Amino acid sequence: MSRAFWLAFVISAALLCAAQDQNPLAHDPNAAKAGEYEFRINCALCHGLGARGGGRGPDLARAQKKHTHNDAEMFQVISSGIPGTAMPANGTNGQGVGMTDTEIWQIIAYIRSQEPKTAAKSSGDAARGRELFFGDANCSMCHMVRGTGGRLGPDLTSVGGARTRASIMDSIRNPSRRLAWGLTESTKEFPQEYETITAVTADGKEIRGVAMNEDSFTVQVMDQGEHIHLLEKDKLKSFQKSRESIMPKYEADTLSDQQIDDIIAFLAASGAK
Amino acid sequence: MPQSARRTLNFLLLIAVFIFDLGIHTRAQVTSDRLLNSSKEPQNWLMYSGDYSGKRHTSLNQINPSNVKTLVPKWVYQTGATGKFETTPLVVDGIFYATAPDNRAFALDARSGRPIWMYQRQVPSDIRPCCGRVNRGMAILDDKVFFGTLDAHVVALDAKTGAVRWDVEAADYRTGHSFTIAPLAVKNLIILGVSGGEYGVRGFIDAYDADTGQRKWRFYTVPGPGEAGNETWEGDSWKVGGAPAWNTGTYDPATNQIFWPTGNPAPSNRGAGRSGDNLYSNSLLALDAESGKLNWHFQFTKHDEHDWDATQVPVLIERDGKRLIAQADRNGYFYVIDRANGKLISATPYGKTTWSDSKDAEGRPVANKNASPTLEGHTVCPGALGTTNYMPPAYNPQTGLFYVTARDQCDIFSTAPQPYEPGHAFYGSAYFPSEEAEPYLGFLKAIDPVTGEIKQKFQHTSPTWSGVLSTAGGLVFSGDAEGNFIAFDAASLKPLWHFQMGGAVYAGPMAFAVDGKQYVAIAAGSAIYAFALP
Repeated sequence: MSRAFWLAFVISAALLCAAQDQNPLAHDPNAAKAGEYEFRINCALCHGLGARGGGRGPDLARAQKKHTHNDAEMFQVISSGIPGTAMPANGTNGQGVGMTDTEIWQIIAYIRSQEPKTAAKSSGDAARGRELFFGDANCSMCHMVRGTGGRLGPDLTSVGGARTRASIMDSIRNPSRRLAWGLTESTKEFPQEYETITAVTADGKEIRGVAMNEDSFTVQVMDQGEHIHLLEKDKLKSFQKSRESIMPKYEADTLSDQQIDDIIAFLAASGAK
Repeated sequence: MPQSARRTLNFLLLIAVFIFDLGIHTRAQVTSDRLLNSSKEPQNWLMYSGDYSGKRHTSLNQINPSNVKTLVPKWVYQTGATGKFETTPLVVDGIFYATAPDNRAFALDARSGRPIWMYQRQVPSDIRPCCGRVNRGMAILDDKVFFGTLDAHVVALDAKTGAVRWDVEAADYRTGHSFTIAPLAVKNLIILGVSGGEYGVRGFIDAYDADTGQRKWRFYTVPGPGEAGNETWEGDSWKVGGAPAWNTGTYDPATNQIFWPTGNPAPSNRGAGRSGDNLYSNSLLALDAESGKLNWHFQFTKHDEHDWDATQVPVLIERDGKRLIAQADRNGYFYVIDRANGKLISATPYGKTTWSDSKDAEGRPVANKNASPTLEGHTVCPGALGTTNYMPPAYNPQTGLFYVTARDQCDIFSTAPQPYEPGHAFYGSAYFPSEEAEPYLGFLKAIDPVTGEIKQKFQHTSPTWSGVLSTAGGLVFSGDAEGNFIAFDAASLKPLWHFQMGGAVYAGPMAFAVDGKQYVAIAAGSAIYAFALP
């Protein structure tokens, strides 16, 4: 009998013994290596090649995770996805063949192997970050955190847990370099990328705002006063879509790296349960 | 008038009444002759691409640029099935046949959308077909319809009742074999190719006796030891070499040959361990329809490492007296091939490509040194989804234009070595979209096959998986990822009409007529929509 068979047998038997908190492969020295390849194939699209997160998915190398506290919960999340987020259930993203139970446990072994032995220290001050967010930095004019703030830009309540410091820093310094990190069509749940729309209606009124949604014939726009405009493109005098973000570029003289770290610390604290 | 003549006249009148008065009535048989002469009955859509040439062009012209603005939905049929809905329906004498992604086949009243029968084969709970649950349609011959299932069975159903006439297992689904393809009926054979390139199956094309389900031939798309082409595989790599054949080919009655495209070698994104050209992956095969014997082959992408299945419909066209095959390939090049011998006539890029900057002596694009995936990953265009994919194209003999859905997207390809294990994914690599190339762009393009020139293009809001239908009315129909069904002017590709169907399109449109009224139908979301003039 092949090793795979016994592995499958052992795992099936383990699964039958109700929920378990421990990875049955936790002591298999080869599991993490096999899991690395599985991770690259199935998870790296959003979570980055080294599990350290990308713009689309959270850094999984952090010891503290938002949705899972133990291996069993992680297995559940990978198998069934997280409703209300872009995390799909295993095998349902329309790409690839999905993972077997063994492969999921291998991936969990890999993720565990990537976790730092000591927790990283945050250099930001969350209280100062909060003041900046709702005060001088004007973030809350367009962004909401826990129900307070504006609606024009993405809600940032959970962004601190979902994105790396580097990617948040980049979005603040260069908002146009990469608009909101939409997902590829097979997994995206909501296609909003916050492109800037400038439209002139038949009666000459100019509307400027962000695209809430769009197809070839219509566009749904939120303007800076948070009014929603439902427009038919062929009835407009002019229509322009730009990937130049409506968000201002925050240079170092407006917001220092330390101040951004403070804001990131605030966002990380806001998103934590 | 003598009495005998009157009696004859009455008899003829009776026949005339029978023919014209009953309206829709099912003729007994869809003979192979009817399939050969499908152009004589444009009210029916008798096979996946409409006819054996794969043109997906209807000679119905009631709907045209001047009246298309008034097109309205006549009926909607909700399947409730989950999965990507890729089916191309068939219509025969007023009955509408289609498949859904969950091993389901059904028949509807083509005039009202009301169901007549439904058949479903249980989907095994442990099945994990690559890329989602999918089925592209069925074939019809005599009094039966035929389709392939996710668990690799070929099923023949009574066209009038949906009762199973035969059901054969072609391969084991537990080792990654499945059918997603719409079969092709040729003479008395039902021909279809297997899916499973992501599982390291050894690809094949099968032909079954339509009456009995007995397998008449199987062509392995990866040659075994002692067969020509086996030397293009390293060691035993041929055993898990992939080269599935999951999209419907075309048929040339003049030479009794089928032209069938094949998919990626396995593992799909890692060439190490299978050095060589890896025949007949990513190839067009000319097979004798009777025997399944290979007459010639043309390989689009040698030793592929980017998942560029050549599983696009090879369209048979005639230009300046020449009998050609036009194929818009997933690797980004538009190929024109001599139908007689498989010799390449031209290969022209029709989208963003970076993998080749030279051609070999035959004119075939050759991969450059930087195209291979690396451990760190680097960007190659097109991405793994390709410039186009399975979505069926169309060719209009009147405009002489080839219409195809195209995508500009680049991916980062990185290696991730994997051992082969039966029933497990076997890609050998990971790919993900490259940010450098965002946003990804989607187009409908009109290509002149003679020059390879892109004559017109329409840019969609985002890339679409919809196929294309061309009509003699001077229109082109296609759908988009945002759920619109769109009619374009065939010459300018200007959109003239659209309807929001509320679900993304993954299917190819088709046309039919009932009671002299032309319809255009397409699957979107989990429903089928039929449109006609008011």
